[in-house]
Amino acid sequence: MSEKLIRVLVAKPGLDGHDRGAKVIARALRDAGMEVIYSGLRQTPEQIVAAAVQEDVDVVAMSLLSGAHNHLFPKVAKLLAEEGADDVLVMGGGVIPDSDIPFLKENGIAEVFTPGTPTGEVVNYIKNNVR
Amino acid sequence: MELVQKALKGNRRAIARLISLAENEEKEAVTALREMFPLTGKAHIVGITGPPGSGKSTMTDKLVKELRKRGKKVAILAVDPASPFTGGAILGDRVRMSDLNLDEGVYIRSLSTRGKLGGLSKATHYAVKILDACGFDYIFIETVGVGQSEVDIIKTADSILVVTVPGLGDDIQAIKAGILEIGDIFIVNKADRDGANRVVIELEMMLGLNAEKDEWDHPILMTVASENKGIIEVVEAVIRHKEYLDKTGLLAERRRERLETEVLELVVQNMTRYVNEKFVKDGSFQEEVDKLVRKENDPYTLVQSILADTVK
Ligand SMILES: Nc1nc2c(ncn2[C@@H]2O[C@H](COP(=O)(O)OP(=O)(O)O)[C@@H](O)[C@H]2O)c(=O)[nH]1
Ligand SMILES: [Mg+2]
Repeated sequence: MSEKLIRVLVAKPGLDGHDRGAKVIARALRDAGMEVIYSGLRQTPEQIVAAAVQEDVDVVAMSLLSGAHNHLFPKVAKLLAEEGADDVLVMGGGVIPDSDIPFLKENGIAEVFTPGTPTGEVVNYIKNNVR
Repeated sequence: MELVQKALKGNRRAIARLISLAENEEKEAVTALREMFPLTGKAHIVGITGPPGSGKSTMTDKLVKELRKRGKKVAILAVDPASPFTGGAILGDRVRMSDLNLDEGVYIRSLSTRGKLGGLSKATHYAVKILDACGFDYIFIETVGVGQSEVDIIKTADSILVVTVPGLGDDIQAIKAGILEIGDIFIVNKADRDGANRVVIELEMMLGLNAEKDEWDHPILMTVASENKGIIEVVEAVIRHKEYLDKTGLLAERRRERLETEVLELVVQNMTRYVNEKFVKDGSFQEEVDKLVRKENDPYTLVQSILADTVK
């Protein structure tokens, strides 16, 4: 029997064109033995959810610098739930003020990582919390 | 199986789950495949291979869009290598296909080679069967044309597209000879760059040398995938190849051969697993080897008795 690998969709919603952070995370997760599906820049919540469903991922990790996280992150969580994929672990990262974090957590985002979080912490969080 | 019923109705989540079961070699996968097998055999399977960065994903995106215009349902399996050190992988082919995400008539799945002997070809085989049963008209398999395992996967395909580009250094030498031999349609992509004509001429020469006396003409087509140039010609060539396979009976013949290979491979894999679990894990195999070392038994008698036990 081959082992089940953790599959993660690393997605960039919103309009900002920087994917350096997303790529750093993608590499860290790969180096931790995960399968990372990277879907590119400027994805709408609908596109992210369609990719997450088709790829049967365990985790959706989004990164966003543009400040629209209060709208985009919960939208992804909501659409996933509508697809019956509410067992997917949804995480957010990027420039997110501490004051927004409780709102995000109430709206389906399991954890929020702000810039400077060591990648090892993200890896451990996923390993400990994946369904 | 409920999951199978849902998948057959076109539920993507169910299709995705079934492919995961197959990838992870779960027992339910076999149950599902048994149920789905009678429905397979309608899809046309297109392999697309070539060096990294040659434009395979971009090309696939454009080919699929053209087939969608013609009302066909299409699935894509995009295969990338796993890291040999960690088993992890970054699968980035969707980046070039994000317009297709929301198209209800398209399903895209990224697979990694998972670094196991034969593991990839098996998972890919199963995924193809699942998608075929679910009614996709075309199934594309994208792989990087490097190792033997990729050649094996691509052999799952009915039509094989080999993509190359100008400026690969040694140009055609960079394509493995084996891949040249299995190609049905050759594509020189990035024809907006210098040297595309020369690549075509080199390909013509190499194919001329290899020419078997079959009736298929092995077309060589120039494309600029990123600008959607030459795409219709590639689609037409694929359709022409499909018709050729049908008309000559080659399709039926190849599929029969593939079934033979599949069964024989599965038998070997299952026997290997059985022998491992029965003898190797509990240490009894080592005891038998000790006897060989002491010349109390010989390897051939031991093989006979293991086989007799395995197939009883
Ligand atoms: N100049 C040029 N670039 C292309 C063409 N087709 C694809 N590309 C670019 O080549 C790069 C690699 O393409 P991709 O489809 O990911 O290649 P793959 O690794 O073979 O799947 C991307 O930046 C594409 O935009 C083409 O016909 N001409
Ligand atoms: Mg690709």
